[in-house]
Amino acid sequence: MSHVFLYALVGTGLFTLGLYALIVHTHLLRKILAINVMGSGVFLVLVALAARARGAAPDPVPHAMVITGIVVAVSATALALALMVRVRAETGRAELSEERPE
Amino acid sequence: MKKTMNPKSMTESGKIRTPFRLLLMVLLSALAAGLGYAVSTLSSQSPGSGEWVAANLETSGVSNPVTAVLLNFRSYDTLLEMGVLLVALLGVWSLGGIPEQRESSPGPVLDTLSRLLVPVLILVAGYLLWVGAHAPGGAFQAGSVLGAAGVLLLLAGWRLDARFAGLPLRITLTTGLGVFVVVGAVLMLVGRRLLEYPPSFAGALILLIEAAATLSIGMTLAALFLGSRPEAGPDR
Amino acid sequence: MEAVTLLQWAFDAVLGFALLWLAWRALASPDLFLAIVLFIAFGLLMALAWVRLDAPDVALAEAAIGAGLTGALLLAALARLESNNETKAAHEKDHEPEVHD
Repeated sequence: MSHVFLYALVGTGLFTLGLYALIVHTHLLRKILAINVMGSGVFLVLVALAARARGAAPDPVPHAMVITGIVVAVSATALALALMVRVRAETGRAELSEERPE
Repeated sequence: MKKTMNPKSMTESGKIRTPFRLLLMVLLSALAAGLGYAVSTLSSQSPGSGEWVAANLETSGVSNPVTAVLLNFRSYDTLLEMGVLLVALLGVWSLGGIPEQRESSPGPVLDTLSRLLVPVLILVAGYLLWVGAHAPGGAFQAGSVLGAAGVLLLLAGWRLDARFAGLPLRITLTTGLGVFVVVGAVLMLVGRRLLEYPPSFAGALILLIEAAATLSIGMTLAALFLGSRPEAGPDR
Repeated sequence: MEAVTLLQWAFDAVLGFALLWLAWRALASPDLFLAIVLFIAFGLLMALAWVRLDAPDVALAEAAIGAGLTGALLLAALARLESNNETKAAHEKDHEPEVHD
């Protein structure tokens, strides 16, 4: 066990936390934040596992994948936020609920 | 938050009843425990692909392994990722009609700050782009710094001149993907595989692709921040 | 040597705990503006975590995007939601009698 496993565990924790918030909250902005937290958790696990060989240089392939992932996450977030603003403009609310708006 | 006018939305997170919430907590705790167990039982000595990258680093044209992976060994990732950025921007633009709010004038602090910071940010972007060949940095970092400069300009009330909002803007946005595809296609025409650079030109090709990608990433991120499509047309 | 290792472990533990706590507060705090600010702070701490994991390239990308651009995007979207909110409220007030006919 080295310190990188601590970060990997924190990553799984963040993923679960984000998943919980994604299911429980009804506000769309909160859901977008939750998805971003889930993504950060996955990135943390990837980079932590890349650094697990003690003493050696970390594996650059997961690093490259995470950099790509960060940029994809920000563009997906921008698209999701634009959709949220549009939903608000159309329906007057930015929350999901069980009863359908008439 | 003005929650009072819409009684249906008053309970932001109160829609899910307590038994379901408890069940969810139990299930997710099981998931977290499983994931944690899986992660902690992984072997702590795994070579991964680091050794392979280190062995082939000399042929890649750059000496920073992450840049080598991003733009040489797995450059199709980066190629497709440029496509993802464009598709996201297309999605935002196709939603149209996001009302752009006319803010009041930015005020002296933001105005002066943006005048001071934007040239520095552009300089930093150029530095990151150049240094990415042998030290931490590269197209994504440079592009996002450029995008931050664009966001700062937009916050200070600057808008792209209508002359450039049409075709020139679109050309800039697609340059990154375009240069990537052209380089890949030319390499295939001369008998190599897609994006398989000849080692003697690899450094120059990577710098060319990275420069175009930096410009496109920066512009795309700033355009994503603006949201609505910039108005083209001679009169404003 | 021993003290340095212990200090590093303490730093890692504090950072990991802070990441989880900030994420939790960002997802649970009732005020959306506060949630976004906490999320930006979370992004900055993620950049620190990348440095601890020997990934300076990722740290640079995260510091520029995760902390800067995502925060700007979120705050702009929140501002749009709220300005929309006000026009909607005025609109609903105008038409209130007709709705309840």
